[in-house]
Amino acid sequence: MEYRMEKLIFEKSRSGRRAFAQAPRETAATDIPDALRRTDRPGLPEASELQVVRHFTRLSQLNFSIDTQFYPLGSCTMKYNPRACNALALLPPFAGRHPLGPVSHGQGFMSCMYELQEMLIGVTGMTAVSLTPMAGAQGEFAGVAMIKAYHVARGDLERNEILVPDAAHGTNPATATMCGCVVKEIPTGPDGDINFEALQAALGPKTAGIMLTNPSTLGVFERRIVDVAKLVHEAGGLLYYDGANLNAILGKVRPGDMGFDVIHMNLHKTFSTPHGGGGPGSGAVGVNDRLKAFMPIPVVGAEERDGETVYRWLAEDDLPQSIGRLSGFMGNSGVLLRAYVYMRMIGRDGMRRIAEYATLNANYLQTKLAAAGFELAFPGRRASHEFIISLRKEAKTVNMTAMDVAKALLDCNYHAPTTYFPLLVPECLLIEPTETESKETLDGFVDAMIKIANDARDKGVSYKEAPYKMPVRRLDDVKAARQLDIRFQRPD
Amino acid sequence: MPFIPHTRKDTEEMLAAIGVPDLDTLFDEIPPELIIDSIEGVPEALSEMQITRLMHKRAAIDGTPSCFIGAGAYEHHIPTVVWDIATRGEFYSAYTPYQAEASQGTLQTIYEYQSMITELTGLDVSNASLYDGASGLAEASLMAVRTNRAVKSRRVMLAPGVNPIYAQVAEAIAGSQAITFESIAMDAKTGNVDFDSLDDNADPVAVVIQQPSFLGTLEDVDRLTNWAVERGAIVIAIVNPMSLALLKAPAQWGDSGADIACGEGQPLGVPLSSGGPYFGFMTCKQKHVRQMPGRIVGRTTDLDDKPGYALTLQAREQHIRRSKATSNICTNQGLMVTAATIYMSLLGFDGLVKVASQSQRNTKRLVDGLCSLDGVQRVFEGSYFHEVALRLDRPVAPVLAALAANDILGGLDLSAYTPELENALLVCVTETKTDEDIDEYIDAMRKVLATESARGS
Repeated sequence: MEYRMEKLIFEKSRSGRRAFAQAPRETAATDIPDALRRTDRPGLPEASELQVVRHFTRLSQLNFSIDTQFYPLGSCTMKYNPRACNALALLPPFAGRHPLGPVSHGQGFMSCMYELQEMLIGVTGMTAVSLTPMAGAQGEFAGVAMIKAYHVARGDLERNEILVPDAAHGTNPATATMCGCVVKEIPTGPDGDINFEALQAALGPKTAGIMLTNPSTLGVFERRIVDVAKLVHEAGGLLYYDGANLNAILGKVRPGDMGFDVIHMNLHKTFSTPHGGGGPGSGAVGVNDRLKAFMPIPVVGAEERDGETVYRWLAEDDLPQSIGRLSGFMGNSGVLLRAYVYMRMIGRDGMRRIAEYATLNANYLQTKLAAAGFELAFPGRRASHEFIISLRKEAKTVNMTAMDVAKALLDCNYHAPTTYFPLLVPECLLIEPTETESKETLDGFVDAMIKIANDARDKGVSYKEAPYKMPVRRLDDVKAARQLDIRFQRPD
Repeated sequence: MPFIPHTRKDTEEMLAAIGVPDLDTLFDEIPPELIIDSIEGVPEALSEMQITRLMHKRAAIDGTPSCFIGAGAYEHHIPTVVWDIATRGEFYSAYTPYQAEASQGTLQTIYEYQSMITELTGLDVSNASLYDGASGLAEASLMAVRTNRAVKSRRVMLAPGVNPIYAQVAEAIAGSQAITFESIAMDAKTGNVDFDSLDDNADPVAVVIQQPSFLGTLEDVDRLTNWAVERGAIVIAIVNPMSLALLKAPAQWGDSGADIACGEGQPLGVPLSSGGPYFGFMTCKQKHVRQMPGRIVGRTTDLDDKPGYALTLQAREQHIRRSKATSNICTNQGLMVTAATIYMSLLGFDGLVKVASQSQRNTKRLVDGLCSLDGVQRVFEGSYFHEVALRLDRPVAPVLAALAANDILGGLDLSAYTPELENALLVCVTETKTDEDIDEYIDAMRKVLATESARGS
């Protein structure tokens, strides 16, 4: 396919052109005091309906997406987003329901939310769930804020240190700071597990808690997790589970059983709600009894009345110790509905299959790439649902970096894996195929990787200027930051 | 297996290639005592046909009542095009544009969004959006503290018209960084700032002004902006983007304009959907851009000197700065912004003016009609956009319940939010309501008020 960049919608705009069917027919007389009235005319586009449809359809075609390409972006769980989830969440009564509408006109919606809470409790092994955090990063914030509130409620005011492994996602330390905590980094051992001695040394009377991802961002399961939990709890700290990699263990192992006190889930990863070009996410949190009182509000409660289940909002009066509200209403409800539909379609047995086939695909891909000569970051280890290869050898011998391979893959019609994360593996690609990809797709990807490497090695092909087949070639990031152009300027 | 493509043969070949006998062996690094046999709380799987039937049934329980509630989320007509295009797989199932060359569609859309929202608010620059309006205030407050080095206090003053939920959210998010929020006193007659109560020795780091106010009133934004600027405070405007079709843009408030504008983007093509997903917009003056949280898209050139789009100013963000980042945010509300960009492109400014003016017209019809009933009057004097606070001669909750029984959601019980506003009801009407809908509400209210039993206690 040949791509062609589009002009801006502003450049297609013609003064006086309208998409007539879209707005009310007439402008009504208005009553606004002169001092408060708008007198200028902002430069929004003026276009016909067809122009708008064609413009944004063409723009969409400049994107890679799960629906069009294999998207093995490590840590992001780019699995198929079932269409039914979207269609059912947008049924008119759901799409049109006002967030402050009475519970008398919300029992259908609230029953879905209540059951979603229950299902998430089931797969995480926690005792309560709040659905309100609007993304993973907000779920993290809620988690750390609850840990802090827990210590404060016990009069344990000195605990302000959050331990974070050096392999952690950048949101972990950023979140800890947002919560007014101090971050202490814990090094990783050569086998990918946390450095146990360093952890022991870091724990103390100031420890508020530890933030862990398990399987870790290195794509391996933290084997001593039970000992880690014991150690942290003995030191008076709590354990936070970053649910970024929940897909790897769904239905097999539960964070609650590992000893975690609080977990956030990325429903847009594990439960297949859309990534939408970078959001909306949804970062529900699960807690055990220690933290239940501190959950963000509102939460959906259920009670039996005259033999019928009635749902209601639990808010300030029910949870007076709550860390409070994190969104204007109850979080990304429409996303939550999609996750609900997805979980009901997957069902009890299907949960386990997700972990099994995500892990099968990752280990298969790891085995094939290793056999093709790519260096595994943790060769002795079983892959979880993702794994890391390092191109440090290729970077030295044939001047082919992880970035080069990423861009070369785009030209082969594959989205690139995650590059240069985690930070501690040089020239790394973090690869997560997910369970919804077929063996043929994985084999095709391996062939592409082999061809890219072989062409560099045997034919001296350089990818420094790749990609060649995308709508644009490599972009000048330095110029983007130095000569800041972040909006269209109207020619006056 | 739903959504898993593996045939038995595939699975066997893959296991053989890995060199393991079965799927369970792939989990052999996990301590065996942690492996569970089954999960509770998750029912058996439903087919698409079954879940479709179930969801239709649940949706029917909620129905489609005639809704006159606003209070931060507004029912507007959403053209079919908006979600038809936004849910194309290429938008719906793409991720954050890390690989810019393979994400030009999303990136250009965000650039166009940034352009439109800056035009609407009048300010210089925009980010790619935040989670929602409420969390936007939290981020704006944190940003004000970072940018306003001249003022040492961490006190943020809130005009009385700031949405009380926004204040709670800002407190929950920014409070842990020792930022405090305090409300300015309200003039009981106007519902706006009581200027006599303002202390000229105050040293707030920021002053937050919501226009229109949560109570539906129009604040004297010029006077309050100038007062704040004289104190050296950052002025944060919270605005309803739809109202900007009629009301002065934040950049024109007072002599120097607001520094930051933020708010709920939902009115621009996003369904009510029980409160989300929505998007928070944020624009600011150029001089504050490096303290702005969230993603920003910039236009640049590629190796062939052709224009293209990329994420920029990433040095502010968590994946680079980690514990020193401006925020922990790592996404925007991409899909909602896509919808809003399509919406604004379709409507244009004239379309927004039509929607906004018809909303005000309809609100006037409802307010005039309700106020002609015995026992209903306006709480505050002065102009409004499309929301008005009304005082009833009795508690609001039973009245709303009686209206709801007729499938009319008559507004918001303000006394639940602001206890001093006894018996107060906040109503909102947009362009979606016909004269018949409005008259039906007035009629229903007449009947409810005539019923002694609704007087409650």
